Amino acid sequence: MRIERHPILDFPKKQKIFFMFEGNEVYGFEGETIASALHALGIKTLSYSIKKKRPRGFYCAIGNCASCNMVVNGIANIRTCITPLEPNMIVERQKNKGVLK
Amino acid sequence: MIYKDLIIIGGGPSGLCAAKTALEAGISVLIIERSPEVGGQLVKQTHKFFGSKEQYAKMRGYDIAHKLYQDILAFSNLEILTDTTVVGLYQDQVVTVLNKEKYLRYQAGSIIVATGASEKFLAFENNDLPGIYGAGATQTLMNVYGVLPGKEVVMVGSGNIGLIVSYQLMQAGVKVKAIVEASPSIGGYKVHASKMTRLGVPILTSTTVKKALGKEEIEAIELVSLDKNWQEIPDTSKIMTLDALCISVGLTPMHQLLSMVGTEMKFVPELGGFVPIINNHHQTSVQSIFVCGDAVGIEEASSAMMEGYLTGLYVSEYLNHSHPDHETLVQHYESQLSQLRDGPFGIKTKVGLTKLKEGSNHA
Repeated sequence: MRIERHPILDFPKKQKIFFMFEGNEVYGFEGETIASALHALGIKTLSYSIKKKRPRGFYCAIGNCASCNMVVNGIANIRTCITPLEPNMIVERQKNKGVLK
Repeated sequence: MIYKDLIIIGGGPSGLCAAKTALEAGISVLIIERSPEVGGQLVKQTHKFFGSKEQYAKMRGYDIAHKLYQDILAFSNLEILTDTTVVGLYQDQVVTVLNKEKYLRYQAGSIIVATGASEKFLAFENNDLPGIYGAGATQTLMNVYGVLPGKEVVMVGSGNIGLIVSYQLMQAGVKVKAIVEASPSIGGYKVHASKMTRLGVPILTSTTVKKALGKEEIEAIELVSLDKNWQEIPDTSKIMTLDALCISVGLTPMHQLLSMVGTEMKFVPELGGFVPIINNHHQTSVQSIFVCGDAVGIEEASSAMMEGYLTGLYVSEYLNHSHPDHETLVQHYESQLSQLRDGPFGIKTKVGLTKLKEGSNHA
């Protein structure tokens, strides 16, 4: 869900950016983070907790809490709330501590 | 290793202001910021500031961020690294950073830690469900990226952040079902609270969240009433449906880098948690490391800016490169800061700062 009208702020439409999320092609917009693009698509679960595999979304949106860590282009523990979205990124939900490749 | 006279960790209001006075003094400055842009939490603040003109009153937060950035942009001895996180801070002024996948090492003459604060969390059942956010996090999502956190939201906490963000949620078109406050009275300014009441948002005092309900995402919360000893009153449970819950129960200084480098620390509740002990020049017990803004005690952004200007001046003096107008400017910003702290909300900070310095050889 994106804001259509706002009394103070303008959100001019920006260039679409296509990327992969869990194997499906989706899109966000230039200038936003991975987490905000996913949230706008209604995707709130970004990872699963390490032991009990409970769903996790973002909490702080400033790169502090690690709740939004995802696997991006094969690299684990990417803080998606502060990482700008780039074309053709491969974004996956993280389900473990992260594996070094 | 790359040398800089001064490395500022954190490009928020305090860090940017520190950079300004230090650059004017003629020293080389590197600002390291982990977000994609500088400005800190000002970039998402659409409300107008209070205070005097000197303290950027009547300007909106994001306009202040823009101004502070414009103020330093022209200096040739300034470098800014965004999308960059400090991963190591050492007593010999070495700073190691991660810039995307690159690991870099810097040597500084002096360091200012201006890391700001993070939002506190609240303990209740299922508090990890997606859809539960810090109030500031929803503010970032809405006001910076134009994305709505949900359709129906409940705010926990009636301090100024809780009240202001509730109003901004409504401006963005979100229904705020209630503001929940555990204490018997509203925490923030009356002017903000009245605005919400006028808009028909109930502020439920002596009430707290007992648990969140939902499987993959939050769907509802269970609210209970509290007695004057903060204990649950039986048979007061109420279920409220929603698709997002915002937590606004205060901030805590981001002390981790300071704890890592071994500056003398103290737990001061009035300042928000663990803070470094500083002397009157914002210098920590590790001589070359200075600190300003929320990292040394939670206050308003206006105070963080004044502290920043001051700390930039003090660091330049420490590096034997004093600002040509050092004395005048120090006096000016000191008086601005004490003016800000003279209000009713400044008492807590003053008590905190006294406690911080009590019994310390360093301060």
